[in-house]
Amino acid sequence: MIFDYEMLKLIWWILIGVLLIGFAVTDGFDMGGLAILPLVAKTDDERRVVINTMAPHWDGNQVWFITAGGALFAAWPLVYAAAFSGLYWAMLLVLFAMFLRPVGFDYRSKMQDQRWRDAWDWALVVGGAVPALVFGIAFGNLLQGVPFQYDELIRPSYHGSFFALLNPFALLCGIVSLSMLCLHGATWVQMRTHEAVEARSRLYARIFALICFITFALAGLWLTVGIEGYQIVYMPATDAVSNPTLKEVVRAEGAWLGNYVNYPVTMIAPALGFIGLIGAYLFASAHKAALAFLFSALGITGIILTAGISMFPFVMPSSLVPNHSLTLWDAASGAYTLMVMTWAAIIFVPIILGYTFWCYRALWSKIGVSFIKENNHSLY
Amino acid sequence: MVTEAVVDLSRLQFALTAMYHFLFVPLTIGLAFMLAIMESVYVMTGKQIYKDMTKFWGKLFGINFALGVTTGLTMEFQFGTNWSYYSHYVGDVFGAPLAIEGLMAFFLESTFVGLFFFGWERLSKVKHLMVTWLVALGSNFSALWILVANGWMQHPVGAEFNYETMRMEMTSFVDLVMNPVAQVKFVHTVSAGYVTAAVFVLAVSSYYLLKGRDIAFAKRSFAVASAFGLAACLSVILLGDESGYELGDVQKTKLAAIEAEWETHPAPAAFTLFGIPNSEEMRTDYAIKIPYALGLIATRSTTEEVRGIKDLIADHEIRIRNGMVAYELLQKMRAGEATDAEREAFDEKKVDLGYGLLLQRYTANIVDATEEQIQMAAQDTIPAVGPLFWAFRIMVASGFWMLLLFVLCFYYTAKRTAWNKPWLLKAALFTLPVPWIASEAGWFVAEFGRQPWAVGEILPTFNAVSVLTANEIWLSLSLFIIFYTILIIIEVFLMQHFIRKGPSSLHTGRYHFEQDDDQYDPEHSPQTVKA
Repeated sequence: MIFDYEMLKLIWWILIGVLLIGFAVTDGFDMGGLAILPLVAKTDDERRVVINTMAPHWDGNQVWFITAGGALFAAWPLVYAAAFSGLYWAMLLVLFAMFLRPVGFDYRSKMQDQRWRDAWDWALVVGGAVPALVFGIAFGNLLQGVPFQYDELIRPSYHGSFFALLNPFALLCGIVSLSMLCLHGATWVQMRTHEAVEARSRLYARIFALICFITFALAGLWLTVGIEGYQIVYMPATDAVSNPTLKEVVRAEGAWLGNYVNYPVTMIAPALGFIGLIGAYLFASAHKAALAFLFSALGITGIILTAGISMFPFVMPSSLVPNHSLTLWDAASGAYTLMVMTWAAIIFVPIILGYTFWCYRALWSKIGVSFIKENNHSLY
Repeated sequence: MVTEAVVDLSRLQFALTAMYHFLFVPLTIGLAFMLAIMESVYVMTGKQIYKDMTKFWGKLFGINFALGVTTGLTMEFQFGTNWSYYSHYVGDVFGAPLAIEGLMAFFLESTFVGLFFFGWERLSKVKHLMVTWLVALGSNFSALWILVANGWMQHPVGAEFNYETMRMEMTSFVDLVMNPVAQVKFVHTVSAGYVTAAVFVLAVSSYYLLKGRDIAFAKRSFAVASAFGLAACLSVILLGDESGYELGDVQKTKLAAIEAEWETHPAPAAFTLFGIPNSEEMRTDYAIKIPYALGLIATRSTTEEVRGIKDLIADHEIRIRNGMVAYELLQKMRAGEATDAEREAFDEKKVDLGYGLLLQRYTANIVDATEEQIQMAAQDTIPAVGPLFWAFRIMVASGFWMLLLFVLCFYYTAKRTAWNKPWLLKAALFTLPVPWIASEAGWFVAEFGRQPWAVGEILPTFNAVSVLTANEIWLSLSLFIIFYTILIIIEVFLMQHFIRKGPSSLHTGRYHFEQDDDQYDPEHSPQTVKA
């Protein structure tokens, strides 16, 4: 083995992060773009312009999400099991909303009837906005800890309700994530369209950059003064087999800031979040949409890293029995599986990035209403 | 709290959503391949009509594909949402093929499917053809990895129980992938997908031929489908799943149940062609048997016996008693009180730990299970015989019916008279639902026949569920039913809308509804662009 078990566990914390960021940067722009569809596109042709900037790519983008789920299952089976069953209704809400995307994209323009198309437009808005909101709410709850525990056979059980997830801090995080993806979608639309749609998306890119900046700052402030973090007091060796019930954890005010205090270099993450948002705002204003998109992607990266680093090494803290919290050290698969998965990632991720880039390049152009009219029957 | 109701509802929800998902999967797998074949002919011959065929069948492919993607999401969520103990217990092994499916198959299929639909003007002919082949390759890869995962549930190899983590852990990735049950299932399943697509194209083309419209288009589609379908159908039947049934205890039990083989007969066993299984009295009434056949199919020999249900129950009872011992030792080991001798004893008995867990349905304290509880658990190890017996026969009968159809279609296509035979075209049209019936019956046999196990011999289904309430699952199940009903209505509406329009929906100006002359042949038209 090239990597020892401890190293493999760390690699998978990074790789899960890469998959989440990959998801937010790619699928994020089509989710955000759909969420703001009625804001930036008023007529049927304009809506088709927006939809067709994403039409060839949404499905490939969505695989980042699917693969992140699969990787979670394979690399952190305890997190996959506890999170998906514990957050049952939140997960199903995301799932039902995501149902609307594939069919919405493919079926919307297959019929001429305007009511049919309007109905699908709303389905697409829900399919974009709801997952974006719920992911933020989920992170907001992870940062506070969620009420689950294990029995002696390591069977997880959850002792909270869906509505308890909708607490103020989590809702604030939901707005961070929704506005972040709306910004990302707006810069994408601005970059890929002309005319009225471009102008409107430029306006909304600036509005959502502003909202995201303010809410991200507020959430950070709240985390500093109002939210108790979690701290490991005693831990079995980090290369020990995964058993999440053997450590000792306490809750403490300001514990989520520990990593930034101990390793100031990690401050890069929140800084990147703010810089990305500012850059996106400025470049969108300056009609440099490609740079705005790039900075919005950097902002997303920074924001997701901020959540991950604040909790590190926690992944899913338990508010009910803090000792049963899941960390990257005790929620992972065995060394052998992590090794196999690492090789799979080393082989396939570069290939995926290569052909994804090729596909985007092959279909790259600005789209306007005239393009829709010319290709009326072959486009979405 | 895990109750019978929670388990039954979780199973029902999984069964409904999985079977619904599989309405779309086989058509995606098969049609992707057929599109690649049609487009290859286009690129090689330069005949525009093959491009139109690729585009039109591609449109129908897209309508189906959207729901395949939609319902596939459910599958990914559901292991975690409703089978969380399963996810914990076997995620180390089962998660890997799913993640690799994403990396290797879904990315490929989904990234290139966009280029397939929207890249016609942007890519050269050859590049676009390559894209179509990559979509087909991706969808076939995804079948490979999901069947590696499913094959492991049927016949778990390459993994070992770890008492410290209370879960199964992978010991050999090569064994996992090379699992013979998985390989057999893969070939059987993708071939079934090819058959499904071939029947689909055949039936829809027959409809045009019966209506006497878009004749040239329909003839060529019919010809491609009958050749492709014949090859695929032979492959499904010859490489039948049954060849995997000799491996592992669960597969053996499934085989005995499928065949309603109550007693162990001296080798080689006879195949029961027909009969009425009577589970109460453990016999099959009115049985019509073919001598030697079962022995040959199941063991590929005339000397090995096929074990009967009564003997299997007796075998399993012994394993349950061993499992109780293993469980007791496990508890000691987890409490850190086990001696070295006890650890060794556990290593010997741990293959039967899963059988011990079967008792959890009846008692919280496995170690003190009563004689009656042990008997009940032993009876549980045999899935219900009647449904399996019938589902299997429905699948096989459907398979042979389709084989007959393809032989006839291929024969008359070769003689160039198929299109003049309304009886043949009508037979093809009315066969449309048959591949779906066969696929669903096949999956029912595979999964219902695996009961009472989630993972054969390792984790009982009863133990695998999430800690939820029955009411929660009632609600989610109802929502799935409502959503899925609406989606299928829309899907079928769009399908029949575009099938009725036919290739005219491409708006090329070359087809039926765009012409005055019904017998119009695009190949001999001045408008035809030879691209």
